[in-house]
Amino acid sequence: MNLLLAAPFIVPLLGAAATLLLRRTPRSQQTVSVLAVSAVIAAAAALLVVTADGTVLAGQAGGWSAPLGITLVADPLSALLLTVSAVVLLIVLLYAIGQDVGGLSRAIPQVFHPVYLVLTAGVCLSFLAGDLFNLFVGFEVMLTASYTLITQAPTRERVRAGMIYTVVSLTSSILFLTGIALVYGLTGTVNLADIAQKLGGAPAELRTVLALLFLVVFGIKSALVPMHFWLPDSYPVALTRISAIFAALLTKVAVYAIIRTQTLLFGRDDISTVLLVLAIATMLVGILGALVQDDINRVLSFALVSHIGFMIFGLGVGTVAGIAGAVIYLVHHIVVQATLFLVNGLIRQHVGHTSLSAIRGMNAVSPKLALFFFLPAMSLAGLPPMSGFIAKVALFEAGVAAGDWLALVGVAAGVVTSLLTLLAIFRVWTRAFWGEPMPDMVEARSQLRQGANRRGLRFMTATTGVMVGIGLLVAAVSGPLSEVAFTAARDLVERQPYIEAVLGTGTQ
Amino acid sequence: MSAPGLVLVATVAVLYSSGFYLLLQRSLMRVVFGIIVLGHAANLSLMLTDRAITLPPILTGKEGAISDPLPQAMALTAIVITFGVTTFLLALAYRVWLGDDNDEVPDDVEDRRIGRLSEPEDSS
Repeated sequence: MNLLLAAPFIVPLLGAAATLLLRRTPRSQQTVSVLAVSAVIAAAAALLVVTADGTVLAGQAGGWSAPLGITLVADPLSALLLTVSAVVLLIVLLYAIGQDVGGLSRAIPQVFHPVYLVLTAGVCLSFLAGDLFNLFVGFEVMLTASYTLITQAPTRERVRAGMIYTVVSLTSSILFLTGIALVYGLTGTVNLADIAQKLGGAPAELRTVLALLFLVVFGIKSALVPMHFWLPDSYPVALTRISAIFAALLTKVAVYAIIRTQTLLFGRDDISTVLLVLAIATMLVGILGALVQDDINRVLSFALVSHIGFMIFGLGVGTVAGIAGAVIYLVHHIVVQATLFLVNGLIRQHVGHTSLSAIRGMNAVSPKLALFFFLPAMSLAGLPPMSGFIAKVALFEAGVAAGDWLALVGVAAGVVTSLLTLLAIFRVWTRAFWGEPMPDMVEARSQLRQGANRRGLRFMTATTGVMVGIGLLVAAVSGPLSEVAFTAARDLVERQPYIEAVLGTGTQ
Repeated sequence: MSAPGLVLVATVAVLYSSGFYLLLQRSLMRVVFGIIVLGHAANLSLMLTDRAITLPPILTGKEGAISDPLPQAMALTAIVITFGVTTFLLALAYRVWLGDDNDEVPDDVEDRRIGRLSEPEDSS
């Protein structure tokens, strides 16, 4: 069982080493990284099957028993997110390979594969870490990989944006370390389950301060308003495939960390009001930002900030239904956000840029692209029967059931945000996809079709299509999905299954 | 608290405050130095969690008279991480310098756009 828990981050790390050695043969490099990420999917799916009924799997590295050794834990929440993330990681990887095969990318592919696999390992370790310090290490592995990815194919602009991104992320990492020091000083342990038990006896004020500190740490990384300022400046500048994977996963890992620490370590009374207020602010500020952007990439980045608010809202409500809604929203959003960024990348391939004021009539240039944009965009806005609708209904129901006035304000803000999202998307749609295409766009398109990179482009379109399909699939399997989400939420609220699974294995 | 412990507390306080001060400067090099100083502060505060900090970490014969090894192990890992990232940050700062011939932190793109919007149209 230990092996299954360790595989999701060991395999990609080994793969990273292998791809580094294979840097002179791009084809074998691509094969190795696809195989490694596929192995992660297999391991994650196995973990999901085992944990779907609410079982919490805990493994102790090296046989050192729970509070002393390094603990790896998979509960329904982490297994579910691990599986979805792995699938998205594979598809973006295939997209990137398509881009390289077709010579459509100017990045240096030798570096891309090892770093991408390290990123995969970091994401997986963050989901599986059973103690604070390994969570920190997982985050650092993931972020260090992301620092190098965001500055790939370095233009002047990208280096500047990368600098801002790196400094902001590092600041939050240092605060994270400070938080770990404070928790260790207070409880004498970094094991999450052990802290959960020991922190209960700490003074309430200290608990609140620690909860706020961790909220700031992960809030910076998950781009909660008012700590979101770095995201719309850095994501749109990076290569498309990289901003796609960042938008899909990095902020979500931080949201996962917020959910994990706030539910397990701190009681729900500590800062649930703060969470709700931040969630409402995030929803509204983000989407208002999206409404005034000219670049599609920036519209999507601001929409990303806005929709982080929905997940935090679910956590702020704090009931089983609320957290389950947040979990469904996480899954939906990982898939949809990645899809939209990939479509955006295709638009850029077709016409060279993504500025709304200069594109017109994409619909006529490529009807397929219009469809690929339309479906996930409608899901993002929350139109039935898409996955976004299901996730939002779950959240709003939980908010109304909670009955708290702030939760009701949150529901209202959520409805307004959904309408504004629709407006933002409508704006993109009318400007970029409607109307007569500009002559130079048609020309660029026909050149692209005849060029030597036709195969790569077709491959990229196909992978994006698969991604759109997965978005529809999320809606189709919403029954089982919400079952798993509710099981995960119940485990999170009860806390006992997690604590028992970790501390029960070998403390005696 | 013992005297060495107090010295450590004061050091951590000074490091944090000067680190954040440097982080808020406009020169990129100072920002990098701020990160380095803050990294040290965080690593030292990990060490501070050990109440028996003055004692040796390895048994010398007397039982019970050792300091807690876990904060030291964690600080070691954290030092490696901050060191690696600092190197990358220096490379980035150098790159920015090469590109622009200065290392001033740019204004927020959005800020500048909004600033332009508020300017009267006929001013140009």
